[in-house]
Amino acid sequence: MKFWRQPGFWLPLVIVLLWGGTVLVLRQDTVRETAFTVLMFMALASSLNILLGYTGYVSFGHIVFFGLGGYTGFYLISEQGWPLLLASLAGGALSGFIALLVGLAVLRLRGAYFALATIGINEAARAFVSNFGPFGGATGLFVNFAAYEKYGGAGQALWTTFTFLWVTTLVVLVVSYLVKHSRFGLGLQAIREDEDAAMVMGVNAPRAKTITYVISAFFPGIIGTLYFFKNGNVEPGDAFQLHMSIEMLVMVMLGGMGTVLGPMVGATAYQGLRGYLLTSPIFKDLHLAVAGLILLLIILFVPAGAVGWVRGRLPALRRVLE
Amino acid sequence: MILQVQDVTLRFGGLQALTDVTFDQTEGQILGLIGPNGAGKTTLFNVINGVFAPYRGKIIFRGEDITGKPSYEVARRGMARAHQVVRPLTELTVRENVMVGACFGREGQSLSQAASLADQALAQVGLAGRADQPSGSLNVAQKKRLELARALAARPYLLLLDEVLAGLNPTEITEMVATIRKIRDEGISILMIEHVMQAVMSISDHIIVLDYGQLIAAGKPEEVASNPKVIEAYLGDPEMTARLMVE
Amino acid sequence: MFSQLASSLTDGLLLGFVYGVAAMGLTLIWGVMSVINLAHGPVIALGMFGSYLLFTLLGVNPYLALVPVALLGLVMGFFIYGVAVHRVINAPHLSSLLATFAVNMIIIGLGTAIFSTSPQNIDYSLGSLEVGFLTVPFSRLLATAGALLFTAALYLFLYFTRPGKAVRAVANNRRAAELMGIPSSLVLALSFGLGTMMAAVAGGLIATFFPFTILSGGPYELKSFVICVLGGLGNPLGALLGGLILGGLEGVIPAFMPVSWVPVVEFGLFVLVLLVKPSGLLGAK
Repeated sequence: MKFWRQPGFWLPLVIVLLWGGTVLVLRQDTVRETAFTVLMFMALASSLNILLGYTGYVSFGHIVFFGLGGYTGFYLISEQGWPLLLASLAGGALSGFIALLVGLAVLRLRGAYFALATIGINEAARAFVSNFGPFGGATGLFVNFAAYEKYGGAGQALWTTFTFLWVTTLVVLVVSYLVKHSRFGLGLQAIREDEDAAMVMGVNAPRAKTITYVISAFFPGIIGTLYFFKNGNVEPGDAFQLHMSIEMLVMVMLGGMGTVLGPMVGATAYQGLRGYLLTSPIFKDLHLAVAGLILLLIILFVPAGAVGWVRGRLPALRRVLE
Repeated sequence: MILQVQDVTLRFGGLQALTDVTFDQTEGQILGLIGPNGAGKTTLFNVINGVFAPYRGKIIFRGEDITGKPSYEVARRGMARAHQVVRPLTELTVRENVMVGACFGREGQSLSQAASLADQALAQVGLAGRADQPSGSLNVAQKKRLELARALAARPYLLLLDEVLAGLNPTEITEMVATIRKIRDEGISILMIEHVMQAVMSISDHIIVLDYGQLIAAGKPEEVASNPKVIEAYLGDPEMTARLMVE
Repeated sequence: MFSQLASSLTDGLLLGFVYGVAAMGLTLIWGVMSVINLAHGPVIALGMFGSYLLFTLLGVNPYLALVPVALLGLVMGFFIYGVAVHRVINAPHLSSLLATFAVNMIIIGLGTAIFSTSPQNIDYSLGSLEVGFLTVPFSRLLATAGALLFTAALYLFLYFTRPGKAVRAVANNRRAAELMGIPSSLVLALSFGLGTMMAAVAGGLIATFFPFTILSGGPYELKSFVICVLGGLGNPLGALLGGLILGGLEGVIPAFMPVSWVPVVEFGLFVLVLLVKPSGLLGAK
């Protein structure tokens, strides 16, 4: 598969490479913070897209993997002194494992039932963690500052975390592209269009969905760890915010689901808009309302999202705008 | 024997959909499955290719008992199906649709091999010019041909055709019948549900008749057409009977 | 201990009637048009505010205020349907989910700006009733009465009036109903309105119990999901039953485990029902 020859493969990667590289070179905290947030949502939205865009399964409570993985990773770093890389991977692995277990049961459901079940899982996880001693119960965990020392102090640690996130985002984009253009991905898209017909054609839907669910959960687990480590604390209210889950959905839809570039565009646009609204004197209190309005307009009039719309209008650009 | 169906029985709640259906199909045979509307023909297909598991009975495909296996397992073993109500994968292109058949069928092709196989299958059914169009943009007759191409791309041993001729004009029917003959000549066995009597009677080597979920007749087309039980079954369906009597 | 348990149980059950009313709104919309109204929560909150404003600004008795609140809920539903749902009614489920969620965001956003997030309260104490060893606040009893009244009204409407029968026809088979000359879009709008009406009424009732903010609808929306699935999506009687079950559980569980475990049980039950019997205890639709 000659993916390295396709412009569509390189476009998202080059953008992120250049951007992250610039941030690292500039070495300014504020620039880094903005970039961190956007990259984080890019990666989260892309992970969600692997499930939503390719199989059509709507996970409303996807943030649960961010939360559970994040908690695990944070716990390992702060309480057990694990290095960041290992702890992040462990967080991702736990999320993937939970997805495997949960998926075996929940992926049998279709459409709205699946969506509701994912909400239930998120709420159950939040309630469980609020009662779970080792994770600090309702108050959560605060970082053990010794963990930052390992990376040359808090300031330096934040830069390291950023770099990890940058790399993770690149990996997610690569995975997203490879899945889309693989035989596996074709099977997923067949599932999205008509799951029963896909099975009759030989697609092992249960297995394909489970694998996809696990992949889509793995990366949020890593990202959660990085985020909470950067923040210095984790608590149930922050880790399992249903709103964040929905925002991930909005970003995927805004940019265009089922594309690699879509979630990137969506995340950037949404974060940009949010930033503008929060700082503008008129719209300060209305940012949620404006975001809602935008989502509504997209759903009603441009359901394919920005990238989808452009691909529809300018078929020549399809190979570039994956 | 490519297919052996033994005592297949299926219930839906209180409704007996199929009762003790038994028949065999030899390799390379075109077997016609006819019967009045609601007789359970499509349901029988659903049991044969694994969409439903029978309450009782066995399906033996090429010597292997596949009863109760899920439909994707059956497809992998070399059975493909063209549905009565066409089910294109709308957002995918025509070629991509057919590629799914090739990738996940008996031979499990890679993407590039599937692409060339898809083009071959599309040429066979006359859709080669539309390979890059989204399949949702096709009309019904073209979608039917897409169904067939998709099934063929899977290189099956046995092809299940569910009313492929429905809604076609006489010219299209003649073309399709010729295509089906060619498919059989390539070595693929065909089990077809059909209501277009003239076509199914002329093309089938053997006919089985289903009524209210039970097999009421089996034999050569001429025998079946003059079988009183069959005529009686269709008498409840006067249009059908008229067509049957024309033979 | 037993009297404590009985007290909590009764309280929970009475609260459950109100939960049931809210859930009925959600399940009705689902049953008629297979849409999950994610704006359910904010509408409940609007019902709370409606009651509050009528009480504090116009001195209307909060229980009598339920009628205008119900009407406002009905109108809101027509509006939301027309603006957000109508265009995507035949699109894949995701579209209507996101469309109603967008409305959710808009209402919350506007509500936060207008009302801020400080809690409001309806100061309308009525004292309690003593029945044997049970002490039941009158507010609970009146709320239950209100809930039952609105439920009965809904049933009468659905089964004995022409528009109501049209709603049931469309729920049963939209295409067939259209062929019979029923204006399906209007009926769908009406059904949505009925759903939001129940939500608003529930909000008005809850406002008589607890302080609230514009964000208070959220937990009740989640409870409504659980209840609808328990009772069977699309089944209003199931919603009432589910509400009672949930209310009862909420009343009883704290006697056996710390209160913070209640959500775990609720959502655990939710996921369990979805897996084992997704059509709910009384069957869907």
